[in-house]
Amino acid sequence: MRAAGIGLGTIGLGILAYMGAANADSLCGVASHLVHADAPLTRVADSIGKTKALKIVVIGTTSSTLPGAGGEALAYPARLEVALRKKLPEVAVKVISLAKPRQTAADMAEGFGKVLRDEKPNLVIWQTGTYDAMRGVGAESFQGTLESAVDKLHAGGSDIIFMNMQYSPRTEAVISVAPYADAIRWVALEHGVNVFDRQGIMRHWSELGTFDLLTATKSLDTAAKVHDCFGTMLADLIVDALGRDADAPKEPTKQ
Amino acid sequence: MAAATGRDLRLDLFRGLALWLIFLDHIPSNIVNWLTIRNYGFSDAAEIFVFISGYTAAFVYGRTMEQRGVVVASARILKRAWTVYIAHVFIFVIFMAELAYLTRSIDNPLYNEEMGALDFLKEPGETLIEALLLKFKPTFMDVLPLYIVLLLAFPPVLWLLRRAPTLALLGSATLYTVSWNLSWNLPSYPSGGWFFNPLTWQLIFVFGAWCGLGGVTRLGPFVRSRWVLGLAAAYILFSFLIVMTWYFPRYAVYIPKWFQDWMYPIDKTNMDVLRFAHFIALAVITVRFLPADWPGLKSRWLKPMILCGQHSLEIFCLGIFLSFLGHFVTSEISRSIGMQVLISVLGILVMIGVAWLITWYNTVEGKGSGKQPKPPASDLAGGEA
Repeated sequence: MRAAGIGLGTIGLGILAYMGAANADSLCGVASHLVHADAPLTRVADSIGKTKALKIVVIGTTSSTLPGAGGEALAYPARLEVALRKKLPEVAVKVISLAKPRQTAADMAEGFGKVLRDEKPNLVIWQTGTYDAMRGVGAESFQGTLESAVDKLHAGGSDIIFMNMQYSPRTEAVISVAPYADAIRWVALEHGVNVFDRQGIMRHWSELGTFDLLTATKSLDTAAKVHDCFGTMLADLIVDALGRDADAPKEPTKQ
Repeated sequence: MAAATGRDLRLDLFRGLALWLIFLDHIPSNIVNWLTIRNYGFSDAAEIFVFISGYTAAFVYGRTMEQRGVVVASARILKRAWTVYIAHVFIFVIFMAELAYLTRSIDNPLYNEEMGALDFLKEPGETLIEALLLKFKPTFMDVLPLYIVLLLAFPPVLWLLRRAPTLALLGSATLYTVSWNLSWNLPSYPSGGWFFNPLTWQLIFVFGAWCGLGGVTRLGPFVRSRWVLGLAAAYILFSFLIVMTWYFPRYAVYIPKWFQDWMYPIDKTNMDVLRFAHFIALAVITVRFLPADWPGLKSRWLKPMILCGQHSLEIFCLGIFLSFLGHFVTSEISRSIGMQVLISVLGILVMIGVAWLITWYNTVEGKGSGKQPKPPASDLAGGEA
């Protein structure tokens, strides 16, 4: 009786797990309303129009990576490449991750000249803010760094998507990220740059119970799913911005 | 405002309110935060708190200085700074205990970066030294260190305020302007400066002290003028509209670019002029529509808030502790909206209960400040954090 129960339970779990895998896309989907392009990606559109190629560089810190030998393939930069190739089959998409631990926005911005020269990206996905908040870099100087870096990247021929911090409820009392998230939102608004609201998306998942972000674990399972969603949703954002580009080239207003 | 005869209950009322707001604001992701004033204008509870602290410190220690001399008054101020320091260290220890627990529960490959924020636990020795030097201040533990520094510098300031109030105020404004323009700040550990820069925040403290030593009487005709009232109301409305564009960014396009460039960032660390002006505008409206002899101040409905304001150091520390606890419950047990509301309400009830208990104890011990309104003892009523 008992064995049968366990057996049935296992089958049930198996089915659930299978459905879970099949629904990875729709799992992300519960937060899809939080992904929208507020500005066109003119440089990306140009490159696709002229050369059918798109080069993306991800610049960020540890939260743009996953640990371990297979981590790189599971982290969102690699997943973005996979998703974009699917969504834009006629374009040669290349995504490179230059994420390195423990870098403030200013540290990263210092290297932008070299990145522009060496990689010649059409789009930089800039994940920042977490380490600045941890180091207690002033939010004001953080904002100043972003502003001058945005101009530099634009002048160097690259569009930008900001990615803000992760939603991390346990460390909220230790890392005060809100002023840095605000700074990112502001610079984005003033300079017509898109933001991938990682924080809002993860909060939404956590509230709905889409992903369990709270349990302590060594396993990469949830982390990999979360990053897969980031990759897919970033691709959605880019495609959305390209569509916007065709409709209304100079209207960075929000729907 | 405060006549020489007694305590202006409005100070206690608004300090009590500020304590409640600070408690609510310090629970991250708390839905009840939407009620607090920082969401509707530039300034927030911090300005109210520091201003009233300056006001009461000048009021209480100014009288000591008059009756007992500069040395005794200075000794009392420094003793107060010592008490606040001890309170800060005590709260710090409780905070570290919460973090020690968190490090065990947060382990997840998704959060490798965020876990780095707890690295200081790996070097407790250095962290401890920097904390005792007030250089290492965990998030949300910035207010008491500011207050300690302000108190340490207060004896000569108070002396000057009593001799030449205008000169003292000018000196304070000059320090504010210079510090802001030259980015002067005290150093923090591991890097950066203080979240509440004492060199700029001193302005609202000294301004409070200036008001507490009779400045209010001098400002009387100004505050009562119809023009000033209109201007204050208009500024509060303006500030409200700007803040709304933070929550509804689609309306931000209606703010001209040059104006945004001029206005942003509105810096909390250096107590931006726009924040200071917003506080002044709120104060002008409040003083106008809430006279010191308003009977409501004696009603039992406002009594809880006033009680909290009268024991501000104790209630402030309690509030910080309760907000840690609230954060702990919302992150470990339940994040539901019902739980957030419950925690907020319970926290405020505990603050009221403890304030009442302290009042009762002081009455029993014959320390005053209870049922019989003796002149407030300086160690109790002194401008508190």
